[in-house]
Amino acid sequence: MILFWSNLPLVLQGLIKGIAVLLVVFPIAGACSMAERKVCAWIQGRPGPNRAIPPWFAWVPVLGPALQHLGAFQLMADGLKFLFKEEPVPHHVNRFYYVLAPALAIIPAFTTVTVVPFGAYFNAAGQTVPLMLANVDVGILAVFAVSSLSVYSVILAGWASNSKYPFLGGVRASAQLISYELSMTLAVIPVFLWINAPGLPGSLSLARAVAFQSAPGFWGGTWFLFTMPISALIFLVALFAETNRQPFDMPESEADLVGGFHTEYGAFKWALFFVAEYSNMIVGSGVFTLLFLGGWNPLPWLPLATLAGWLHLVGHPVALGAVSIVIFLGKILFMLFFFMWVRWTVPRFRYDQVMKLGWQKLLPLSIANLIAYMIGIAVLQR
Amino acid sequence: MAVIPVQRKPLTWAERTYLPQLAAGLSITLKHFFAPKDTLEYPEQRPAISPNYRGVPTLVMDPHGREKCVSCQLCEFVCPPKAIRITPGSVPEGSGREHIEKGPVAFDIDMLRCIYCGLCQEVCPEEAIFLQNQYSMTGYTRAEMVNHKDKLYEIGGTLPDAHFKWDQKKAAAEAGTAHH
Repeated sequence: MILFWSNLPLVLQGLIKGIAVLLVVFPIAGACSMAERKVCAWIQGRPGPNRAIPPWFAWVPVLGPALQHLGAFQLMADGLKFLFKEEPVPHHVNRFYYVLAPALAIIPAFTTVTVVPFGAYFNAAGQTVPLMLANVDVGILAVFAVSSLSVYSVILAGWASNSKYPFLGGVRASAQLISYELSMTLAVIPVFLWINAPGLPGSLSLARAVAFQSAPGFWGGTWFLFTMPISALIFLVALFAETNRQPFDMPESEADLVGGFHTEYGAFKWALFFVAEYSNMIVGSGVFTLLFLGGWNPLPWLPLATLAGWLHLVGHPVALGAVSIVIFLGKILFMLFFFMWVRWTVPRFRYDQVMKLGWQKLLPLSIANLIAYMIGIAVLQR
Repeated sequence: MAVIPVQRKPLTWAERTYLPQLAAGLSITLKHFFAPKDTLEYPEQRPAISPNYRGVPTLVMDPHGREKCVSCQLCEFVCPPKAIRITPGSVPEGSGREHIEKGPVAFDIDMLRCIYCGLCQEVCPEEAIFLQNQYSMTGYTRAEMVNHKDKLYEIGGTLPDAHFKWDQKKAAAEAGTAHH
C-alpha cells in the first residue's frame, strides 16, 4: 500500500492529497454554518433548527433523531437549495467582475491550506515529519500573502454590484483588512524571531513553530501562548478582523448596510462567499493553533512524542499521523466555536471604533511588543 | 424636582482594555449555552391556556345537553365584521320546548372575518355563545374556515351553569305565576 503510494507520480500524489484536504475543509466550512446557527440558538436559549429529516432517516432508531436535533438535515437541505435555486444576475452589475468575485473569495481561502501543516508523524530515523501539502520555507509569509488576496474579492463584489450598500461594504472591508494586517504581521514576528535561533537555517515554516513548542523540558514544552501572550492576543483580535467576524464584521453589518458586499448576490455565488468566510476562519484558527497553541501537541508540556510513547504508536506512522490530525482538528474546532461564541457575545463595533482600535491601540501595542521581544530574544540567545 | 448628580467614574485601566468585560460576557453566554432552553416545541408541546382566554367563538349547551341559543340574532347584529350568519327556525314539535318558539336552523361563523372581539358573548341573553380556549384555527380552503352549527357545538361543549331559564318559565306558566 505505502509502496504503491510512493510509486505514484508526484503530481498525482499531490493532487490526491489536495483533494483529500479539500474534502475535509469544505464539509467543515459547510457544517460551520449550521454550527453557527446552533451555537447562536443555544446561547440565546433556543433549540435551533431541529425539524428537517428525510422520512427514510426517521426510521433509524437513535442516530436519526440525534442528527435531526443537531440540524444535520437542515444543513443538507440548505446546501441543496443553494445548488438548485435560480441564480439571478441583476442587470445593473458588471457581469464579469460580479461572477469573478466569489471565485476570488474561495480560491485564496483554499490555497492557504496548502502551507498549513495539520499533523505529524515520526519517520524511521525518529525525526518529526509534518503532514502538509507543501512544506515550503516561506510558510507564514505565503499564508499572509495569499489570504490578503481575499480582500480583492470583497472590493470586487462591492464594486461590481454597482449599488450603494455593497460599495460601502467593500470600501469598509478594504480599509479594515489593510489596518489589521499590519498588527497581525507584527504580532507574529516575535515567534519567528524566537524559532530562528542563531545556528539554525532560517525558516518561516509553521511546522518549525510547532517543533519549538514540542521540545522536552519546561521551556521547550511551553506553548507560545504563555510566553508571548500579547502577541497571541493581537493576532487573535486581528484574526477576527481579517475574517470579518463579529465584533468586526464591518463589511457585512446587516444593520446599517443591508447585507454588505454580498447584498446583490444570491444562490450558489452567495454560498461561495459564505464558505470562503468559514474556510478563512478554519485556516486562521489553524495558523493560530500552530503558532500559539502548540499545533498537534495534545497539552502544554505534553508533546506528541510523549503521547506516542504512551500509546505505543512510535512505529506506526499512519496511526500516529491520524492521532495528530485529530488533535489538531480538535483544537481548530474549539477555535471555531470560540469565534461563534464571541460573535454571539460581543456587539459590533462602530466603524470609527474599529479604525481607532486598529491604528491607535493594536498597532502601537504590536510595535512595542515586537521591540520588547526583540530585546529579550537578543539577550536570551546571545 | 431634586437633581441627583450621578457620579460617573472614569474607566479603570482594566476596563479600558475591554478584556475583563469580554471575559465576563463570554462566561454569561457560556452559562446560557448549557442552560435548559425556554422554547416550547409547539405542535408537540402546547401552551397552558388560561380559563378566561378568548379564543374561537363557540356555541354551548346547557347541562342537560339542550340547545341554549334561541336564534334572537343579537350576536349577528352586534358582530362588527359581520362574521355571524344565523338562519332562524322553529323548535321542533313534540320536543317539550315549543314555548322557546325559535332555534337556529343554521348558525355559521366565518372565522376569516371574526376578530375575536367577544361582543357576541357579551350581548347574548341566553349565555349560549362563548369565546373559549381554542386558539389554533387552520384550514386549506375558505369553506373550511367557516364554522357551521354542528362544529360550533362540537368545540363548544357544555358549560355547567344551572339557570334553566326556559324550564323555570315553563313551570311558572303552568303554575300561573308568570309575570307578563
